[in-house]
Amino acid sequence: MTGIANIRELFTRNLRQSGIFIALILIMVLFTALTDGTLISPINLTNIVLQYSYILVLAIGMVIVIIGGHIDLSVGSVAALAGAVSAVLVIREGMPWYVGVLAGIGVGVIAGAWQGFWVAFVGIPAFITTLAGMLLFRGLTFRVLENISLSPFPESYSNIATGFQNGLLGGPGYDIFTLVIFGVAVAGYVVTQIRARRAAIAYQQTVGAMPLFITKLVAVAAAVMWFAWQLANYRGLPNVLIILAVLVIVYTLVTTRTVFGRHVYAIGGNLTAATLSGVKVKWVNFGIMLNMGVLAGVAGVIFSSRTNGAQPAAGNLFELDAIAASFIGGAAVTGGVGRVTGAIVGGLIMAVMTNGMQLMGVEQSIQQVVKGIVLLLAVAFDVWNKRRAGAR
Amino acid sequence: MARNILEMRKISKTFPGVKALSDVELHVEEGEIHAICGENGAGKSTLMKVLSGVYPYGQYDGDIIYDGEEARFHSINDSERSGVVIIHQELALVPHLTVAENIFLGNERRNRMGLIDWNRANHEAKELMDQVGLHENPVTPVGQLGVGKQQLIEIAKALSKDVRLLILDEPTAALNDSDSAHLLELLRTLKKRGITSIMISHKLGEIEAIADRTTIIRDGETIETIDMSEKDATQDRIIRGMVGRDLEHRYPERIDHTIGDELFRVENWTVHHPTQPGRVVVDGASFNVRAGEVVGIAGLMGAGRTELAMSIFGRTYGRNASGEVYKSGEQIQTRTVSEAIHNGIAYATEDRKKYGLNLIEDIRRNISAAGLFKLTTRGFVNGNEELKVAEEYRDSMNIKTPSVLQVAGNLSGGNQQKVVLSKWMYTDADVVILDEPTRGIDVGAKYEIYTIVNKLAAEGKGVIVISSELPELLGTCDRIYTLAFGRITGVTDVADATPEGLMTLMTQERDAKADAVVGAEENDR
Repeated sequence: MTGIANIRELFTRNLRQSGIFIALILIMVLFTALTDGTLISPINLTNIVLQYSYILVLAIGMVIVIIGGHIDLSVGSVAALAGAVSAVLVIREGMPWYVGVLAGIGVGVIAGAWQGFWVAFVGIPAFITTLAGMLLFRGLTFRVLENISLSPFPESYSNIATGFQNGLLGGPGYDIFTLVIFGVAVAGYVVTQIRARRAAIAYQQTVGAMPLFITKLVAVAAAVMWFAWQLANYRGLPNVLIILAVLVIVYTLVTTRTVFGRHVYAIGGNLTAATLSGVKVKWVNFGIMLNMGVLAGVAGVIFSSRTNGAQPAAGNLFELDAIAASFIGGAAVTGGVGRVTGAIVGGLIMAVMTNGMQLMGVEQSIQQVVKGIVLLLAVAFDVWNKRRAGAR
Repeated sequence: MARNILEMRKISKTFPGVKALSDVELHVEEGEIHAICGENGAGKSTLMKVLSGVYPYGQYDGDIIYDGEEARFHSINDSERSGVVIIHQELALVPHLTVAENIFLGNERRNRMGLIDWNRANHEAKELMDQVGLHENPVTPVGQLGVGKQQLIEIAKALSKDVRLLILDEPTAALNDSDSAHLLELLRTLKKRGITSIMISHKLGEIEAIADRTTIIRDGETIETIDMSEKDATQDRIIRGMVGRDLEHRYPERIDHTIGDELFRVENWTVHHPTQPGRVVVDGASFNVRAGEVVGIAGLMGAGRTELAMSIFGRTYGRNASGEVYKSGEQIQTRTVSEAIHNGIAYATEDRKKYGLNLIEDIRRNISAAGLFKLTTRGFVNGNEELKVAEEYRDSMNIKTPSVLQVAGNLSGGNQQKVVLSKWMYTDADVVILDEPTRGIDVGAKYEIYTIVNKLAAEGKGVIVISSELPELLGTCDRIYTLAFGRITGVTDVADATPEGLMTLMTQERDAKADAVVGAEENDR
């Protein structure tokens, strides 16, 4: 094939992936203009991170579930139960904050293992299993909370989602600590990218042109440092952002570099071929559901910490936001396709849109309409793009 | 000479980056059976899609003259209205609907109220079914009928649309011999009624038997149109045209042909049907393969060949499997696929698309899928090494693709099969079981697959080839086991083997015990 065909191939392959980033930037620019810059003000950017962190945590797990060819409708209920159990232990029983955190995640482990058992070993479709789980865990939440809300958490607990790391180094009006942390992160990113490039060259792979590579690094570094600057000008580095960053890095590695991740894609792409290639399908499916449970537990802890209490109806419809984030981020309904970074960006698109519309004072009803249309268009774009790429 | 019902003139069709058709000429006379031959990817299907309006007017260059007038089909509906009906290789029937419902799908027989007139529909369906020789009840769900009968339903459906030009894309690929014969006979009957047929086929014997003329397409160009009544219209000439070179031997020479000690032995292997516990599918099969040897397993449809292989390979078929498996003299276990793989056994499945490949994944990851453990340290995959491995196999196996990052689903059948073989070679298996390794792939690619089989044997591996095509087994194997009704009925050295002799063993009389088995089988129906 010709060089032109290769470039075309590169373009079609990357359009979906880069398209989502471009969409996020465009939406940010749009709402920045519509809100006279309020959207990207330090306080608002911080708020977006705090407000949607738990959806992003759920989206990480959800995209893996979807890649594996499943769906999970129960994550809102599991998150609610995790928050409820944690609240009962910390608020009612007066236990220390970390007991609440561990118990919340423990609830996620149990719920995930329960659903994983039915999906993987009994062979009940995840849609049914988690639909049942949605009712089951919601019911248990009401039971645990005895139908009332519990609040407030001690400060040590609510700090998880509302606290900041700052001032350790002092600062002249802005937080130097935040800038240092982000600076280290960016440096780490640049070093890994360069090492990956060197390794690729050592393996005689074709790599992108050097100017393009440098442009990409500079653009990412600039965007991240701008974001850091905005945060530093408000209250510093939110704890939640640290949790989120760790999860994104870990799960990007899990999905792209580990055998488990590879097997998830294989199962979603062609179940029989995966089985006949030696993939232990049942255990991988169990792992997928267990992992989703754990992340739902984490999300539950973050949410209860942020709302400073546990409510019986907490986490309602979280699953739909997480699913929407995954699909906007390029996951395929039929499984086998999707990326953690895509789901995160998909979640951020939803977050920025919701936040932007709230700032503009758009009615709740209209917000829903807009979000629905965006979800539909994102998937429509995906379908169109696939048809175009495979038109022969 | 009859007039041309169809003239496709200077048809060119370009896809992004690829010229699929280049000035193709296809002239079809009224009332003839016209065969189209070509390797996979030569452009046959694209040409038929242009003709039937799948690629609408304006998306291709050139002219289509149909029935004396220039045709500008904008959709399949357009072409069907003019009497051009295409039947695709993958049948487009809805399994849960009845025969009659399928025949009139999209073309329902309605009464004055606009509601479906079922009496009329079923009655007309029955008439159409009689015309194609399908003696079934029109209210039978299609899913209950075999592929051969489903093919006939497709033709009945075409007849219901007043077809004048019938296009069949590999109609007999999935059919057994008697169903194929029936279908070909039907085409002759339709011909007498004045219906013109265009048939894409890989089966040269079939083409020789039925086609009036044959057009050969290679690399998107028309090579020639052969009048099949001519004396030199031979299979060899067609093959020459398809591959663009003489295939002196359809099977490559074995070099370094040394057979060593016994490598793999299966003893007394018995497997039961997965859902009908009393039914024995494989009954006490014993066979062996030596290092550097290619062993064939011949058997008719339903003899239990695939079932035998899959049950040995990680119990992926059936239940209550019993028997012993030995490798290099030591007993091994193959209870799960990964156990089988780690014991050095590989099994390349019959249906690549369904069971062999992740079609939406790239070539690289398909190649590494079964041998991922070799690329892994502490649970992490070495991506660069993986890419290197994939590229090595692309070169050594001659997988035709610009990049191993291409999606496997975009490859032609032959190249897909090379990816499957690469996957299993990378597991370092000593025993390689190939189930129908050349089904649905073209002559040139078949030759390459045979070369790979020889190479595996030359490396001292034991190769087991399961195939429906006797010439293929005779051309590649050292010994051939015959399987009939779940039992191994004999083993023949290839030097002594004849197609007739093998066929006798493949249909061999059963003893009382086997009779009971087949009796059970018949009771199930």
